[in-house]
Amino acid sequence: MAELLAKTACDGLAPLTIGGLSLKETAPQVLTSLAPYRDQAQALEAALQAAHGLGFPAQGGSTRSKEARAIWFGRDLALLIGPKPDASLAQHAALTDQSAGWAVMELTGQGAEDVLARLCPVDLRLSAFAVGASLRTEAKHMMASVHRREKDSFQIMVFRSLAQTLHHDLKTAMEAWAARG
Amino acid sequence: MRITCPLCGERDRREFYYKGAALVRPAEEADLAQWDAYVNLRDNPAGPLAELWYHEMGCGSWLTVTRNTASHEILHVELASGSGLGGTP
Amino acid sequence: MRIAGKGLTAGAKTVSFSFNGRQLMGLEGDTLASALLANDIHLVGRSFKYHRPRGVLTAGSEEPNALVTLGSGALQDPNVRATTQELFDGLQARSQNCWPSVEHDVMAVNNLAAPFFGAGFYYKTFMWPAAMWEKLYEPMIRRAAGLGALSGEADTDLYEKAYAFCDVLVVGSGPAGLMAALTAGRAGADVLLLEEDSRMGGRLLVEQEEIDGMPALDWVDAALSELEAMENVRLMCRTSVSGAYDQGTYGALERVGHHELRQHSLKGSHRPRECFWRIAAKHCVLAAGAIERPIGFRNNDRPGVMMAGAVRAYLNRWGVAPGERVTLFTNNDDAHRTARDLVEAGVHLAAVIDSRHDAPDSDLYTVIKGAQVCDTGGGKRLESITVRSVRGEEKIQTDCLVMSGGWNPSVHLTCHLNARPSWRRDLLAFVPTPEAVPGMRAVGACNGSFSTQGALQEGAAAASAILQELELQAKDCALPVADDSPYRIAPLWAVPGKGRAWLDFQNDVTVKDVTQAATENFRSVEHMKRYTTQGMATDQGKNSNVAALAVLADVTGRSIPETGTTTFRPPFVPVALGALGAGAADQGFKPQRYLTSHAAAEERGASQLEVGLWYRAAYFPKPGESNWRQSCDREVIYVRNAVGVCDVSTLGKIDIQGPDAAKLLDFVYTNTFSTLKLGRVRYGLMLREDGFVMDDGTCARLGDSHYVMTTTTAAAGEVMAHLEFVAQALHPEWDVRFTSVTEQWAQFAVAGPKSRELLNGLLDAPIEGDAWPFMACGAVSVMGVEGRLFRISFSGEEAYELALPASYGDSLFRTLLSRAEALGGGAYGMEALNVLRIEKGFITHAEINGTVNAHDLGMKGMLSKKKAFVGQAMAHRPGLVDEDRQQMVGLKPIGAVKELSAGAHLFNPEDPVERIHDQGYVTSVGFSPLMGHMIGLGFLKRGLTRIGDEVRLVDHMRGIDTLCEVVEPVFYDPEGEKLRG
Repeated sequence: MAELLAKTACDGLAPLTIGGLSLKETAPQVLTSLAPYRDQAQALEAALQAAHGLGFPAQGGSTRSKEARAIWFGRDLALLIGPKPDASLAQHAALTDQSAGWAVMELTGQGAEDVLARLCPVDLRLSAFAVGASLRTEAKHMMASVHRREKDSFQIMVFRSLAQTLHHDLKTAMEAWAARG
Repeated sequence: MRITCPLCGERDRREFYYKGAALVRPAEEADLAQWDAYVNLRDNPAGPLAELWYHEMGCGSWLTVTRNTASHEILHVELASGSGLGGTP
Repeated sequence: MRIAGKGLTAGAKTVSFSFNGRQLMGLEGDTLASALLANDIHLVGRSFKYHRPRGVLTAGSEEPNALVTLGSGALQDPNVRATTQELFDGLQARSQNCWPSVEHDVMAVNNLAAPFFGAGFYYKTFMWPAAMWEKLYEPMIRRAAGLGALSGEADTDLYEKAYAFCDVLVVGSGPAGLMAALTAGRAGADVLLLEEDSRMGGRLLVEQEEIDGMPALDWVDAALSELEAMENVRLMCRTSVSGAYDQGTYGALERVGHHELRQHSLKGSHRPRECFWRIAAKHCVLAAGAIERPIGFRNNDRPGVMMAGAVRAYLNRWGVAPGERVTLFTNNDDAHRTARDLVEAGVHLAAVIDSRHDAPDSDLYTVIKGAQVCDTGGGKRLESITVRSVRGEEKIQTDCLVMSGGWNPSVHLTCHLNARPSWRRDLLAFVPTPEAVPGMRAVGACNGSFSTQGALQEGAAAASAILQELELQAKDCALPVADDSPYRIAPLWAVPGKGRAWLDFQNDVTVKDVTQAATENFRSVEHMKRYTTQGMATDQGKNSNVAALAVLADVTGRSIPETGTTTFRPPFVPVALGALGAGAADQGFKPQRYLTSHAAAEERGASQLEVGLWYRAAYFPKPGESNWRQSCDREVIYVRNAVGVCDVSTLGKIDIQGPDAAKLLDFVYTNTFSTLKLGRVRYGLMLREDGFVMDDGTCARLGDSHYVMTTTTAAAGEVMAHLEFVAQALHPEWDVRFTSVTEQWAQFAVAGPKSRELLNGLLDAPIEGDAWPFMACGAVSVMGVEGRLFRISFSGEEAYELALPASYGDSLFRTLLSRAEALGGGAYGMEALNVLRIEKGFITHAEINGTVNAHDLGMKGMLSKKKAFVGQAMAHRPGLVDEDRQQMVGLKPIGAVKELSAGAHLFNPEDPVERIHDQGYVTSVGFSPLMGHMIGLGFLKRGLTRIGDEVRLVDHMRGIDTLCEVVEPVFYDPEGEKLRG
C-alpha cells in the first residue's frame, strides 16, 4: 500500500534571500492551541510547568523551555509550539491541534521591521514590541500572528491556504525595501 | 481611526469589524415591540454612542466602544463581556 | 539667469534636461523651476480657462502656474509642479494645456472672449436643452478645459504603503521643526521628522540670516548631524503630510523615485516610485511654515510676476536672478528682505512700491510709498508695470515684478478634523486654533510667529510640553539666538480698478468673479467657491483662499472672520491613486486561498472558480470534451453511478469545546444539539436575531463537551464572529471555547454508490455492515494517519466526508482520485456539486440570501418550541409567517425554450411582465443529466400551494422567456433511500 505523504504549508515556495534579509519556512512542528476553561488559568499554568517546563504566556508575550515555546495567540488563547501537548492539559483547557492549519515563516535580517511595516498596521518598534513579544494583527488583509524571536527576526503565521499570498507579499516588500538601498 | 483594545492596546481600525449599536438583548418572553426596537430601531445621536466592535484581526474580543459620533473621539472601550448586553437570562 | 558663485548649488555638477523639446543645462540640486529660470525661460504653461501665458509664481508645493507633464506613454505624469520637481539628468518636461505649443496656443482665443466666461458661465450657458449635455456641452467643455492629461495606459510604476509609529511627529524642518526635533530627540523621545523638500532646513535654506552668530545654513548642518546621530530620531525628506485623521493618525506621501530617471530608478525594477505612509503619532509638532499670498491687481498673472519669498529662494538657494530689471510690490516688511538680497546680489532693482505710507526706508533701493501697482504690460513675459501714487500713474519698464501680500500660515492640517482657524488682526492672517487636532501643536510661521527667533522658541517650547506629557526630561540647552524682527503689514488684498485682477491663478478666478458671485447672492464663502471655482484647482487655493474671501468680505460688507474660510480637506498635496491603492493591483488585490488539492487539480486542467477568497475547481475536463457542460454531466454521473471525489475543505469548521458547548449550540441553532448522541452528526439551521436565516450546516458531536461545527464557505467568518458574540457579549457566563479548524483539516467528499468500496481500500479498519449509518461520525485511521470520517451527503448518494490533517491533503486527494478512477468515477468540481445538490433541493447561500426564513425554506419544523434560540422571537412575527410569502419550489421547463437562469423572475402566464405582477425569482439552476433537462430552485409566492402550476420565467438580461412547471424542490430520490444506503 502506498503511503500518504505530508507536505508543509510552504511546500513549493522557495526560501528567499534579498538584500541581507532572509525568509524561510520554519521546520514543521506540532502546534496546539490552548484555551483555558473558566477559572482554570492557574491550574493550566501548573500543568504546563509540570509537563513542558513553561508557563502560559502573558498578554502579548511568550514563554519558552528547552523544547517548547508558547506564544500568546488571542483572547484567553495560547499556541504551544514544539511538543505534543501532555494529556494532563486537556482537563484545564480546550486543546486543538493546529499543526497543519498554519503557515509559519521566519523573516530575519536588518530591516525586517521595515518590511513588516509594509504589511501590518501595528507598532513593531523594539520599544513597543520587544524580543519575545507576540501579537495578533492583519498582514495585508490576512489574519496573522507576529512573534519577535530576536531583534531582527520575526515569526509570521497566517492560515495555511494563504501561504502563497504571504510569501508573495513579503517578497514584494523585501524587494522594494532592498531596492531603496 | 484607532481603537484601544483593552487586551491589545491601541490598534488601527483595519483590525476591527463594526457591528452597530451596543444594545441590551430583550428577554425571550419580551413582547414584539421590544424585539422590534432591539433589532430595527436605532438612535442616531450626534454625540456619544455605545457601539460594538469585534477585534477580528487581533485578539478576537468583542468590545463596547463609546464614541462621539460628532468629534470621533473615543471616550471609553471595554470588553463586551462586561457590558451586560445579554440582559436577564 | 544664474549669478556665478551664488547659491547652494554653486559649483554643483551640471545636468542636462529638455523642456518642450529644447535641450537645456541645469545644476544638481536645481528644481525644474529654478533650472528654467536660470535658462531665462519664464513662459512655462497656459492657464486653465483663458489659456493665458503663465510662468513660475512660487518656489513650493503651492505652485498654481508652472505645471508640466513629465515622460510619455505609461510613464506619463501630468500636472507635475516644476517648483518641486527635482532636476535630474535626462529629465524631459513639456508644457500642458496648450496647442500646438505653449508659445502659440490656439485656445488663447478664450482670453479674448473673457467677458463671456465669468463666474457661473457654465451654469448659465449650458442650461438647456438637457439632452445637449451628454452629446455636446460636456465633451466640449472637457476638451477645452483641463490641465495635463493621463496617457490612458496602465501605470506600470510600483507604489508601496507602509505604517509608522512615533512619539513625536514633526512636520517641517525649518527652524521651528528642527528645534522641536532637537529638543525632543535629545530627551530620548522617538521622533519622526518629515520634510516635503528634498533637503532639510525649510526657510533657512533660502534666507541670508545668522543663528548663534553663524550662517543659518551652518546651524542647519550642525542640527542635522546631531539628529542623524540619534538612534531615536528618523529623518525623512521628500515626504509631504497629506492629512490629519482621528486618534493621531497622519497620512504622508513619500516621493521615493521622482528625482531620478524612471529607468534608473528601477534598481532591479523593484524600487517604488512613491510610498504612502500611515503614521500613528502620540504627538505632532506642526512646523509647516507659511505660504505667501499674491495681491490682486490688473494683469497680475503675467510670466515674470513672482512671489517675494520665492524670488528670495531662487536667488539665495539656487543663485538665480529672476530678471534683469526687477520691481517689487508689497504691503509688508518681509518683502523688503527680498529687495535687500536682490541688491546685495547685484541685481538691478528699479523700485520698491509699498502700499503703506509708513513703509521703511532703505539706503539700497528706492521706495515709492503709499503707491500701488495697478496694471502690467507685456505678453509672454512681463515688460512693464503701471504704478499709481499721489503723483498719478507712471509706467516702469521691468521684466520681473516681485510681489507680496503677506503670509498665510499653513493651517491646513489643523483644520482636517473640522476645526476652523482663528483670525489674527495684527498679522492679517488665519492662524491655527489651539487643540484643533488633539495632540497637535502648531509652531513657528505655521502659528503666525514669522521671525526665526520666534520659530526656534516655539519649536523648543512645544517639544518641552510634549516631553512633559511623555514623562521625559528635557535637556537643559540654551535657545539659539536669531533674527527677531517684527512682522509689519497693512491690509491690501486687491488694487481697485478696471480689468481682470487674478486671485486664483490656476482656475482663472479674478476679483471680478468673486464680486459677481456676491452680486448674484452667492455670499457664503462656500457658495462663492463653488460658483467661481476659486480654490478648486490642484493647488486647492493655497495661494488664493484668504485674498478671495477678503474680497468677498469687502463686497458683502462683513469682516473677514465673519465671512469665514471654506473647509480644508485632505490631501494637502495631490496624492496619486496609485499610492493610495499601493500593492492592491493584480495579485495584491485580495489574498488568494488555495486548497491542498490545488496543484493536483491544476495538473488535471481544472478550471478554477473564485469562491470568496478561495480558488475551487469548477470542473475537470477530459480529452474530447469541448465544453464545461460535458465535463459537468460526466462528473454528475460519476457520483450517481459510481463514486466522485470533491474537495470540500473550504466549508468553515469550528471546534467547540467546554462544559457549556451544548448549551451554546442549542442557543445558536434553531434545533436541538444537546440531545445529539456521541458519534453522530445533525443538520442545523441558524437564524439572525431578525428571524431570517443566517447559515446552515452540520454539527458533529465528538465528545461529551466537544463538537465540530461546519458552516457554509461563504459564512465561515460571519458564523465565527457570531459565536464569539454570543459567548462573549450575550452569555459570558457560559464556559465554552471556539477554535477555527477550517485550515487544519483537508476534507474530501467521497460520494456515490461505490464510496464505501473506495474508502474500504484506504481505511485501516474498513466500514462494515451498519457500523457507519447515515449521519455517523468518528475517528478513523487512513493508511496510518489519524483522521475523521463523517457520513453526510450533499449529493443524495451514500456519501462520506473524510478529513485528514491538511499536510496530507495533496497526497490524500491524489490517492482518492486514482482509486475513484479505478472504480469508474473520478473528481467532481463545483459545477457538478451544484447540480447534485439542486437535484436534491439542498440549499446554499444562493437560497439563504438574507431575505428568507425557515418558513420560506419549508423548514419551519426545525424551529424548536422547547428552547430559546437566536432569532426565535422574530421568526414567528406575523410578517414572516404570512402565507403570501414566497416559498422555495422546484422548477422545470415545459415551454419551447428549455433554458432556465438564476436571477430570472416568475410571473403568472396570464399576467403582463411587470414588476407589480412579480411572483418570485429563480435562485439556482443546473442541467440534470439524469432528467435530461434543466432544473431550478426559486422562491414563488405561496409556492408550496402551487405545485403542478405553470409559471412564466422571464430573464431580460439573458433574453430568456419560458414556461415552467412548479414542482417539489426535491427532484431526485425524495425518500432519501439512496443516501441512507
